[in-house]
Amino acid sequence: MSQHVLSLLVEDKPGILTRVAALFARRGFNIESLAVGTTEVDGVSRITAVVTLDGQPLEQVTKQLNKLVNVLKIVELEPDASVARDHMLVKVKTDAATRSQVLEAVTLFRARVVDVVSDAVVIEVTGDSAKCQAFIKVLEPFGIKELVQSGAIAISRGSKSMSEKILK
Amino acid sequence: MTETLTGAQAIIRSLELLGIDTVFGLPGGAILPTYDPLMDSKKIRHILVRHEQGAGHAAEGYAAASGKLGVCIATSGPGATNLVTAIADAQMDSVPLLAITGQVNSYAIGTDAFQEADIVGITMPITKHSFLVTKASDIPAVMYSAYQIATTGRPGPVLVDVAKDAQNAKFEFSWPPEQDLTPGYKPVNDPHGKQIQAAAEMILQSKKPILYVGGGVIRAGANKELLELANLIKAPVTTTLMARGAFPDSHPQHLGMPGMHGTVPAVTGLQKADLLITLGARFDDRVTGDVKTFAKGAKVIHADIDPAEIGKIRHADVPIVGDAKIVISLLTEELRKQIKGSSYDISEWWKYLDGLKERYPLGYTDLDDGKIAPQYVIERIGQISGPDAIYAAGVGQHQMWSAQFIKYENPNTWLNSGGAGTMGYSVPAAMGAKVAMPEKLVWAIDGDGCFQMTNQELATCTINQIPIKVAIINNSSLGMVRQWQTLFYNSRYSNTDLHTGTDSVMVPDFVKLAEAYGCLAIRVEKEEDVDKAIKLAIETNDRPVVIDFIVGKDAMVWPMVPAGVSNDAVQYARDAAPIWDGEE
Repeated sequence: MSQHVLSLLVEDKPGILTRVAALFARRGFNIESLAVGTTEVDGVSRITAVVTLDGQPLEQVTKQLNKLVNVLKIVELEPDASVARDHMLVKVKTDAATRSQVLEAVTLFRARVVDVVSDAVVIEVTGDSAKCQAFIKVLEPFGIKELVQSGAIAISRGSKSMSEKILK
Repeated sequence: MTETLTGAQAIIRSLELLGIDTVFGLPGGAILPTYDPLMDSKKIRHILVRHEQGAGHAAEGYAAASGKLGVCIATSGPGATNLVTAIADAQMDSVPLLAITGQVNSYAIGTDAFQEADIVGITMPITKHSFLVTKASDIPAVMYSAYQIATTGRPGPVLVDVAKDAQNAKFEFSWPPEQDLTPGYKPVNDPHGKQIQAAAEMILQSKKPILYVGGGVIRAGANKELLELANLIKAPVTTTLMARGAFPDSHPQHLGMPGMHGTVPAVTGLQKADLLITLGARFDDRVTGDVKTFAKGAKVIHADIDPAEIGKIRHADVPIVGDAKIVISLLTEELRKQIKGSSYDISEWWKYLDGLKERYPLGYTDLDDGKIAPQYVIERIGQISGPDAIYAAGVGQHQMWSAQFIKYENPNTWLNSGGAGTMGYSVPAAMGAKVAMPEKLVWAIDGDGCFQMTNQELATCTINQIPIKVAIINNSSLGMVRQWQTLFYNSRYSNTDLHTGTDSVMVPDFVKLAEAYGCLAIRVEKEEDVDKAIKLAIETNDRPVVIDFIVGKDAMVWPMVPAGVSNDAVQYARDAAPIWDGEE
């Protein structure tokens, strides 16, 4: 099993997310996460897809994706040449006794509390997926009431931009 | 210069400007606006089918016979879903197809309106691309792009789904459209020079090369280039089911079709080769058998216009992305340069292959039940009609026999559903081919099972004077399934008896059915009547002809490699494996 982070520049057209997701499903490629958003270029969206491959070469995935007419460009973002971040919101049970311990964990992980009520806090944390997983581990004993996580978004290091070449 | 048109008029005008002369379709509520200006078009012939699937396959047959874009039109909902099989078929066999469907009004999309179906969603996995049009002003650019996508690169089906209000709205039409709807679509036609060089070197170093030719060579119109290449390097040639006609069957280097029902020389030639020169083929499981044991000792040159085909199934030592016509001519040019002074010699290889050709020719035996051998009927159709005729087969035993026993000399004369294996392809595909090539003799070679799926298009043929010839190879059963039941299920014939033979209740009676459709109908039960019927069919051109050939049901397709098994296990006939030379 190998994990890869793919960045796709796609035309911002209706159905594009379906086309990409359906292709993964149809060809039997596993998606760990998928995150979509607008970019610095009008009409161009960017999809970050984390894929896990069991035997198939990554090349097959990118070649099949490239056949989608609305896909403009695909790059693999290697871990050491890129930055990848997950975003997570966690609702943790707290009471007078545990609140300070939870807040200590928040500080250690450089997370933020975004909502507090008498018996719970909502914490926001950003980081690579290992950090997010570690944070969840720490919070688990207190009781996680709700957890929501974005897919990873990723960008290359350095000054080059992925959209440079595709725009005439 | 612009002109005020409705969206519907713009669809028709765009088709005319794209050079489309024929469309196959059937109107309904959501496509009604487009059918009105269609009536006035002087350039487009619309052929009204009896079922939308027929329109889809007819457009495929039209495209496959002519090399041009095939166009079909249907209404929303069930009209559109009836096209689905033909669209899937076109996707599998890389047929340039444009499917235009009406959609409910844009404001009603998503409300479960009458005859609403998300046909763009439904066909997403089986189209090369698709468009949903909700604004009239988008129509010219969409039609233009759809044409480009369907016909260039690896051809395929494109769906254009147009909301009814977009067909009715007026806008300023101009041509060619300026909007670029496909900035991400860039097919690669020209191969990399270095790869061509490497391929040539590899060929000249090989001792046992074989040209493994697929349907891409036909779609690219590269048959002349292939012939030159083959004549230069003298290598054996195999043409897959999709490539029959890409290389003349009469050519001494031709080993025939490879695969599950391929000839022993072709199957074995691939297995024993040291180099596969793969041109526009995709290592389909019906060709490779068990992939792990397929052509184990061979290096692979793989040329295809679709980069995703390269390395999908089999690693390519020399991958070449490009149009087959360009790739093959550049490769031939390069080989001409390199071949002088090279020690290229494949005479030992030919000694081996010639031995196989001599020992294992294609053949068949007469049947115990006294009925006509189906292979005989098909062979005679081919011999009497000749290599200039067009043959469209259904799917099953008769398809395999048609691929084996008709001798093809020209591309685009053998039409069939290879990848999808769509029963019912034959009659409408033959109809489409005849419309595209009215001067050609066009046969639909069909089975009694297949024929019952789409024979309603005989009405279309009769009414529109499309005189195709239909040969029903009537063994009163789903023959290929029955063959597998014979071989792998202890002759337990679960649900394969169709009762269409003379020794059964004959429901339906194909002669009566064909007559009801206005065809000349002939029943043939004796071998001595076969030629006479074929000749009468060829002479009759004022209406379609249907010949009901009553054949034996126990005939089987040989040779055969059972599914999923190594090609080394090819059976020449039942329980008869070829005897290999001592080297095994």
